[in-house]
Amino acid sequence: MAEPALSGPDAGSAVRLRGVSKTYDGGVTALGPLDLDVRRGEFVSLLGPSGCGKSTALRLIAGLATPSTGTVELSHHGAARRGSHPIGFVFQEPTLMPWATVRDNVRLPLKLARLPAADADARIEAALDQVGLAEFAAAYPRELSGGMKMRVSLARALITDPDILLMDEPFAALDEITRFRLNNDLLSLWRDLHKTVIFVTHSVFESVYLSERVIVMTARPGRIGAEFRITSPELRGEEFRTSVEYAAFCREVSNALAPSYAGQAGA
Amino acid sequence: MKSPQDLIRFVLPVAVFAAGLALWEAIVRAYGIQPYVLPSPLLVLKTLVADWPVLSQSLGVTLLTTLEGFVAAAVGGVVLALLFNQSKWLEYSLFPYAVVLQVTPVIAIAPLLLIYLQQQTAVIVCAWIVAFFPVLSNTTLGLSSVDRNLAGLFQLYGASKLQTLLLLKLPAALPYILGGLRIAGGLSLIGAVVAEIAAGSAGAGSGLAFRIAESGYRLNIPRMFAALLLLSLAGIVIYGVLALVSHLLLRRWHESALGKDN
Repeated sequence: MAEPALSGPDAGSAVRLRGVSKTYDGGVTALGPLDLDVRRGEFVSLLGPSGCGKSTALRLIAGLATPSTGTVELSHHGAARRGSHPIGFVFQEPTLMPWATVRDNVRLPLKLARLPAADADARIEAALDQVGLAEFAAAYPRELSGGMKMRVSLARALITDPDILLMDEPFAALDEITRFRLNNDLLSLWRDLHKTVIFVTHSVFESVYLSERVIVMTARPGRIGAEFRITSPELRGEEFRTSVEYAAFCREVSNALAPSYAGQAGA
Repeated sequence: MKSPQDLIRFVLPVAVFAAGLALWEAIVRAYGIQPYVLPSPLLVLKTLVADWPVLSQSLGVTLLTTLEGFVAAAVGGVVLALLFNQSKWLEYSLFPYAVVLQVTPVIAIAPLLLIYLQQQTAVIVCAWIVAFFPVLSNTTLGLSSVDRNLAGLFQLYGASKLQTLLLLKLPAALPYILGGLRIAGGLSLIGAVVAEIAAGSAGAGSGLAFRIAESGYRLNIPRMFAALLLLSLAGIVIYGVLALVSHLLLRRWHESALGKDN
């Protein structure tokens, strides 16, 4: 099987975690210790049962929480342009401001960076175009479907031209058809924009479909249980979803995930 | 009035109102009840028209007091909530006193205020005391119910405290603030009335509540009813205006302002 299309020459490290753990005030250790290296431009999935600390890992990488032990290092091309930010974050919920239009929701990161409105407008149109929502710029979030809201959230994350895109179970609440479409759109965005993507999910199928590398995490406190490199034909599409290779990867990853669920009620 | 259902909801209370008035008028006539015991609705209306010069002036006084108390309550409540939101120390130090002020009946505080403050000021302070608490507690609730992930996003993009306040916390709290203001509107009218009755002053500066008390002493019961009617109407208008403002501000995005079909 061929190597993924986009390992690229620029394969330096984008994210480096060393001995990172997170213990909450109550004394519960949610995560780690965890060592993790993500190459620039790589698409990595963190896969694990709920409560294994995978979302915590994302928040630590984003700087939204501080690790109890260990270090988090990000390397990125410095903020060259005004209104650029090294990290984009997409949450499980669309997390849009209900009082603002789609356009103003996407504008938020630029506004917080105090970018003049005139400079921002063109970028907003481009970002909305990228996710196929150009006509909905003036709509309010409540007027959109779940999938469209998620696209707005994605456009907002991409507007700052981040090097690293962190996604926390972004499609978990969507119906299957919408999820498949967004999976494909995300893949093509990733191919075009050369972002580093760290994608948290609890779906074996989604992680295998999207990623170059799947990291299976253990139950709490989350550590790396197993790692899989997912190789595939040049471009992934719907035919990959039904291929023998895909099924084989899914089986392997599922088997690796099983111990994480052992001993859990209802597993 | 789009559907028959809406029509019924409008017609029924009006019909009950009309029937009540008719019954009232009929009983007064049938038993020949004297106006100083119970005036008929028609007489109340006539008195309202005849005494309009006196009553309208009093209405103006009471409305102005209510408005001043309401504005003070709105500004005071929101500003205090913002300060509490910025500083936990301030909140812990002062919030109990806001509660004390709220749970002590204003009618018991009013005579005391009248000793220390000028009458007009005392009346406004009374209206403020009654009305500011719902604004304060609602705004506090609103400011602290900001979506956790949205707050995280603001943190991620390095938003300043002011940006977070103006672009996130205040808009998120707006529905709560407006809810508080709607309650405060009616309460500031109550506060103004209570203080007027406690003050009991006569002359040009006397409001509707004073007219009610005064008419009571003079057994001018029709005027009592007329003044009461005006107070009630004032309360309804205040509520209606605030509900309309709230609807206009929220109709594009908030659940409370959306129709059932959306």
